Amino acid sequence: MAAPRCSRCAWLLLVFIYSLYVVVKSEEPTPGDEQHASVVDNPQTAAETEKQPTEERRWEATQVDETVPDDAAASKQDLPVPDSVLTSTPALKDEFQEELVIRPLHSGDIYASFQFRTVWETDFTRGSKVSHYRLFPKSLGQVISKFSVRELHISFTQGYWRTMQWGQPYLPSPPGAELWVWFQDTVTDVDATWKELTNVLSGIFCASLNFIDSTNTVQPSASFKPLGIANGTDHRFLRYATLPREIVCTENLTPWKKLLPCGSKAGLAVLLKSEKLFHSSFHSQAVHIRPVCQDEPCKTASLELRQTLNVVFDLHASGQGKREWSLFKMFSRTLTEACPLASSSKIYIDVTDNPQEDQFELSPATHLLSQAVVLGDRRTFSVYDLTQQVTFGTVRSLNVLIRWKSTEGDMLRPLLHAERYVAGYGLQTGEIHTLMYNNHPFRSFPVLLLDSVPWYLRLYVHTLTVTSKGKDNKPSYIHYQPSKDRMRPHLLEMLVQLPPHSVTEVTVQFERALLKWTEYTPDPNHGFYVGSSVVSALVPSTVAMNTNITKEQPLFSTFFPTKEESSYFIRVYTEPLLVNLPTPDFSMPYNVICLTCTVVAVGYGSLYNLLTRSFQVEEPNPGLAKRIANVIRKMRGVPPL
Amino acid sequence: MSEFVTDLLSAHFFRPCPCGLLKWIPAGDVTVENFLRVLTGRLPPSTPRSKRLLSDDRSNILIYLTGHGGNGFLKFQDSEEISNVELADAFEQMWQKRRYNELLFIIDTCQGASMYERFYSPNIMALASSQVGEDSLSHQPDLAIGVHLMDRYTFYLLEFLEDIHPASKANMNDLFKVCPKSQCVSTPGHRTDLFQRDPESVLITDFFGSVRKVEITTEVVNLTDPIDPANGEAREEMYSYVDQLPVSEIIHQKPKQKDWHPPDGFILGLWTLILLVFFKTYGVKHLKHIF
Repeated sequence: MAAPRCSRCAWLLLVFIYSLYVVVKSEEPTPGDEQHASVVDNPQTAAETEKQPTEERRWEATQVDETVPDDAAASKQDLPVPDSVLTSTPALKDEFQEELVIRPLHSGDIYASFQFRTVWETDFTRGSKVSHYRLFPKSLGQVISKFSVRELHISFTQGYWRTMQWGQPYLPSPPGAELWVWFQDTVTDVDATWKELTNVLSGIFCASLNFIDSTNTVQPSASFKPLGIANGTDHRFLRYATLPREIVCTENLTPWKKLLPCGSKAGLAVLLKSEKLFHSSFHSQAVHIRPVCQDEPCKTASLELRQTLNVVFDLHASGQGKREWSLFKMFSRTLTEACPLASSSKIYIDVTDNPQEDQFELSPATHLLSQAVVLGDRRTFSVYDLTQQVTFGTVRSLNVLIRWKSTEGDMLRPLLHAERYVAGYGLQTGEIHTLMYNNHPFRSFPVLLLDSVPWYLRLYVHTLTVTSKGKDNKPSYIHYQPSKDRMRPHLLEMLVQLPPHSVTEVTVQFERALLKWTEYTPDPNHGFYVGSSVVSALVPSTVAMNTNITKEQPLFSTFFPTKEESSYFIRVYTEPLLVNLPTPDFSMPYNVICLTCTVVAVGYGSLYNLLTRSFQVEEPNPGLAKRIANVIRKMRGVPPL
Repeated sequence: MSEFVTDLLSAHFFRPCPCGLLKWIPAGDVTVENFLRVLTGRLPPSTPRSKRLLSDDRSNILIYLTGHGGNGFLKFQDSEEISNVELADAFEQMWQKRRYNELLFIIDTCQGASMYERFYSPNIMALASSQVGEDSLSHQPDLAIGVHLMDRYTFYLLEFLEDIHPASKANMNDLFKVCPKSQCVSTPGHRTDLFQRDPESVLITDFFGSVRKVEITTEVVNLTDPIDPANGEAREEMYSYVDQLPVSEIIHQKPKQKDWHPPDGFILGLWTLILLVFFKTYGVKHLKHIF
């Protein structure tokens, strides 16, 4: 059915473009053009601003009457402002960058990571109100100001990241949906605000985030420190929740794409087609909002919105077994232009393992090379700059092709890796084992393990053991919050020092609870999910990390802020667990009712009859001859037989 | 199944395709209660707009139900059922609250006609794929995955609708003729007695298409001044990023001061019992030694 749907999509696109064109043509007397600062965006309706970017280049400036207030004119940053325009207040500037990083993996798969970043010079923490949204999406801006959100991180993931085969991701995320939010200090009732926020976000992203309630929300005490600028970290304003069962599909991708300034019409976002993106081993889309430093002295804050999409295409499922990848093969699209609203639009291909072009061949050739320190390693990237027309060549389209020549080469083992599984048998008890591998040959480093277990697995914390290399390893910090039935889950946080080149095992026994019969899902025999554990660590790095925050760097290397050069921060998620709870047989009530009613009817009925029936002696019915004889005798007046 | 219908609707009829006209409720939320709440509008106040049926008395609503069903019921997620009486009452609530102008109800289940037998609100037109006592059948299996992909009535209905374009003048009588017994094996039925207009005069695009009213104006509208950004002066102190894993700080973290709660009933009852037993055993004369 994919082919008819494809043609429908093409149909839809054509209809849409045609209708756009028709609407645009009919509204020509009053449009404004953002390119020319003398005309301002005021006469346009809200619906226009979405279509604006693609129409920009084709429109001409139209003179508008001078009654129009023109203080929003200065919002266009890279065009000169004519002197005739009055500007009463400088509008807030915003900037948009997009990039795509492609990293060929040793197993033959390919990892593509999109990042779209909008930086907006506004500071919601100081209570500034905004009325004009340009590149920053209005829905998110209103959410942030209404709920006094300082930082918001939400991710939707399908699949599990295989660290041992693929290395470390640029942006980690657990399977399912994950949401963690730092509220501002001005919020009085954090729990009520959190509940309202999850409902609003479930509407924006078309996801079942309304299932987040107190039974799966925790308040970590040491993990998930703010990723943006912050003056104090009072963990009372942090909430973390995860929905491991959440499925990600096209309906989640569409509203995510709508938040981009260019939508999915220009720039790198044209590659985001759901038929190919969901036909992959791993797909993760996320939205991260945080305040960042505007410049080096860091006296003013800006709001940064990063939309990221990570996808890993499988060699056999999408690649047809051939080690040859191209943009067209991965996304069934090629690039024709950069997003006109973007100040930078680049594609980075990781060629560190290919210095002399002996492993794979990259075409079209590019002479732009860039080096960046990411994940503790200095990597070399070939860069395609989409803002330069020369990148697209004579065919006006860019299709990057990577063809493998040889398959040798080892992958560098990732330094930190974690696994988790359930041990035990039966449906009463079990044991959760979490293994953390430290693959560094001689350095040990501390990790912070965060475990959030639902209330229906009753943990026996006195059986908690942490062992490394066979010996007991006492954590230097433990925070445990016990669960309350149907109200909150278990929260276990531990700071463990991992010795070099070792496996640390954390085990805890649990007992399974019997739920009330209405609390079971329609498919209870599938099992119940336990969210991933989060392992946060400062891993020693082989090269000096860059601590200068405002130097021009590719986006993928600036996500986690680095404070010191010798180590970098990573977060590793384990697998979610699927645990069977003792499930009643839901067909039994009907059987029980039938059986019970039958027994009651037969037993009680018989007893009742025996007790209340009165017996009378009755003459047996005489035969026909006797009856006729009795009739004759009655007529004669003689007593009957 | 619903993706096909949504695809078709969005590809052919809605222009442009706003998220507001097509509701999407993820699978976890599909329960009878939620369905009836969406129809009648009795949703908790925190429900976002995209999960509400924001209809008024000028809206035409199309309801399409498919799945397993029987005489008078339809199954939801294999664990719940909705009955025809509930559905009829929900539609009456909608009518009383003026939540629809006209309603088209299409159902593709076994014995589908039983679901519309109980409707009693005006302006409802109903179509079903089979009569009471008949089963609705599936169209064809996919030999690769071994399950049937589509039901017959839905298949022929979609085939019919693909020929309808937004300016089509086809009316409801053509829709009633879709999938005769020769193709569907079951006998499709329909109900028009509650509908005030003649089905011949009702266009299919009344329910399957939508038009956005666009008013073109040449006037210039003066917007209010944008709100002044609060201040221009920079702060004195610098902002800084937080250390992601401050080991020493974590180790020396003081445990949170737990709020003091008064002892709850159980503890109080236990102590009262202990005191009672003590005084009963040893007599009240010991009181003066304690106080």
